[in-house]
Amino acid sequence: MDHPIIEIKNVGKKYNITHQRGRYVALRDVITSIIMSPFSFLKKKVKQVAGLEVKEEFWALRNINLDVKKGEVIGIIGRNGAGKSTLLKILSQITPPTMGEIKIHGRVGSLLEVGTGFHPELTGRENIFLNGAILGMKQKEIARKFDAIVEFAGIEKFIDTPVKYYSSGMYVRLAFSVAAHMEPDILIVDEVLAVGDAEFQKKCLGKMEEVTRQDGRTILFVSHNLGAIQNLCSKTVLLEKGTIKMIGETREIIETYLENMKRDAHTNTNITEDTKKDAQITSVKILDKNNVPSNSIPISEKFSVIVDYIVRKPLKNASLSCQFYLNDDYILISSASDKSGKLFDYQPGKYTTIINIPEFLFNVGFCSINVLIDHPMVKLIDTVKDIGLEITNINNPRSNIYTKISGKMGTILEYETKKMGSVN
Amino acid sequence: MATIIIRPKKILSWNDIKELWIYRELAYFLTWRDLKVRYKQTIVGVGWAIFQPFMSMFVFTIFFGTLAKMPSDNVPYPIFVYTGLLFWNFFSSALGDTSGCLIANQAIITKVYFPRLILPISSVLTKLVDFAVASAMLGLLMIYFGYMPKLISIIVIPLLLLITFMASVGLGLFLAAINVKYRDVRYVLPYFIQMLMFLTPVIYPASIAGKYSWLLAINPMTGVIQNARAALLGTAAINWTLISISFVATLLLLIFGTITFKKVERFFADLL
Repeated sequence: MDHPIIEIKNVGKKYNITHQRGRYVALRDVITSIIMSPFSFLKKKVKQVAGLEVKEEFWALRNINLDVKKGEVIGIIGRNGAGKSTLLKILSQITPPTMGEIKIHGRVGSLLEVGTGFHPELTGRENIFLNGAILGMKQKEIARKFDAIVEFAGIEKFIDTPVKYYSSGMYVRLAFSVAAHMEPDILIVDEVLAVGDAEFQKKCLGKMEEVTRQDGRTILFVSHNLGAIQNLCSKTVLLEKGTIKMIGETREIIETYLENMKRDAHTNTNITEDTKKDAQITSVKILDKNNVPSNSIPISEKFSVIVDYIVRKPLKNASLSCQFYLNDDYILISSASDKSGKLFDYQPGKYTTIINIPEFLFNVGFCSINVLIDHPMVKLIDTVKDIGLEITNINNPRSNIYTKISGKMGTILEYETKKMGSVN
Repeated sequence: MATIIIRPKKILSWNDIKELWIYRELAYFLTWRDLKVRYKQTIVGVGWAIFQPFMSMFVFTIFFGTLAKMPSDNVPYPIFVYTGLLFWNFFSSALGDTSGCLIANQAIITKVYFPRLILPISSVLTKLVDFAVASAMLGLLMIYFGYMPKLISIIVIPLLLLITFMASVGLGLFLAAINVKYRDVRYVLPYFIQMLMFLTPVIYPASIAGKYSWLLAINPMTGVIQNARAALLGTAAINWTLISISFVATLLLLIFGTITFKKVERFFADLL
């Protein structure tokens, strides 16, 4: 069939910034504000109605146009906040788009997170039926596939045990197994493979491959696991800041993506000034041990992160912090200027902070850096996100033995070994 | 092959009702889950559904019936209050669960698509099962005190249940919607429900308010409980006017609640 199975036309999604903040609105506060200052409330309402209000808007997605043909496996990559998850959420109808239209010809199954709707008190058997129903399967269909689901998950013995007694591995296996058997025409997968042991991940990838090769199923696959994307997807979409940056052959797109990651360590130094912010980070640089800007640091060398920022209004109890993280949300370390347990009071002016990172802190691989100024636990003032950094495997004494050292940290620990005596 | 069209959402359309029908099995499974989980790790299991109104009846009978000599339309106080409690508990617990259903199920809402209206509906269905179980106790009480329900009960009781259903879903949908946005609603709600109980003739007859008893009739649950007593215990003639008024009022409440719910539904996943 040449007709595309998914047609995405000019789709956009707008959030009002207020929605993005973590705090919930309390009815109490709203009522108090109406009573305390009825005029300003009325003024706001009138402005809202008249459309004069200046809202802080944020387009998570904009001008997305994409046709997917039947049987295609499309990878979607991009960094945090590029709009990957928003796109999948719109496609799986969890949140509606603000504009545009999507036509989908067929049943959509989404694996936005495995184990959705599992109830810990219920047994494996009961959860299979419940989860199946939540994912949109009919009872008969579930009953028919029941044995296959249990077998794929490999939990035959525990099928009548409440899942709260399951190990996390068993839990994930069962959850994936239910989802993998739902046989939709279009499968939307987000980062499910980040869980489970390596063995099971392989099995899942195998299952997904089998599904596409044999049944000609269409898959949209979002992952930070570039290897998995490379293996599975023929075509890949690169999202950047809510728009499609590139569509094309997977290998090519991944290369561009990695290139961008490297390049951005330098380009991030130019940030346009926004005088509305009380304080603003104007530049973030990574310097190697010779103070040369670089985003590729040997594991055996120390380096530093230089943050320049402007404080426009006096800030009380503020802090500058720096987070190193993997993938979307796996924070390796979160450090802050409040290490003495005190917060800073900043007077207006230009500041520079140097954060020194010792050698052998992170293991070899890619990680990203976020820098932020905030009133801790109260309010975020400014942040710069996603500065790419690669730790390279140079002069690493341990790699004489291992080709790849597992773990996320590279610290070399002291091993004291003594011979305590002889055998007999 | 079915074609799904995703667009910026409208408020309410015919499709919503069709979709509810397609997803009816999910409503069944969610109800089943709630019942199963609730009674799984308890000693008396489903007995809780009886125990609760029974204990309330016991306490109310001692304090209001025996000690305070509350009038009870010439019916023994225990069955008088139990009939009231039966319908009141259905209403109040359904209301409580419905208004919290979105928060309680946010893990599913933010991950999978299905018509959100399924959630409040299944909350109420769960309470309907409790109601059925607790009714058995009423049957026993009626036999013990020698009361025979009027034949008209076959029509009246389901009608009253429907009114209670609409009232709790209607109000519950409205509260569920604002609960997502304003999280303090759930702290106020139990207090509000308790207040409402005293404004409803559960532990006293409506006649106690004398010439102001019409004020009580604004509350649809007044009509429900009064007429349930009339049909089952013969306390008075069945007041069809009151039933009709309650029916129309709750129907409007249901429509209002559904529209509010659908309006906010578009943003649930963004707000939760």
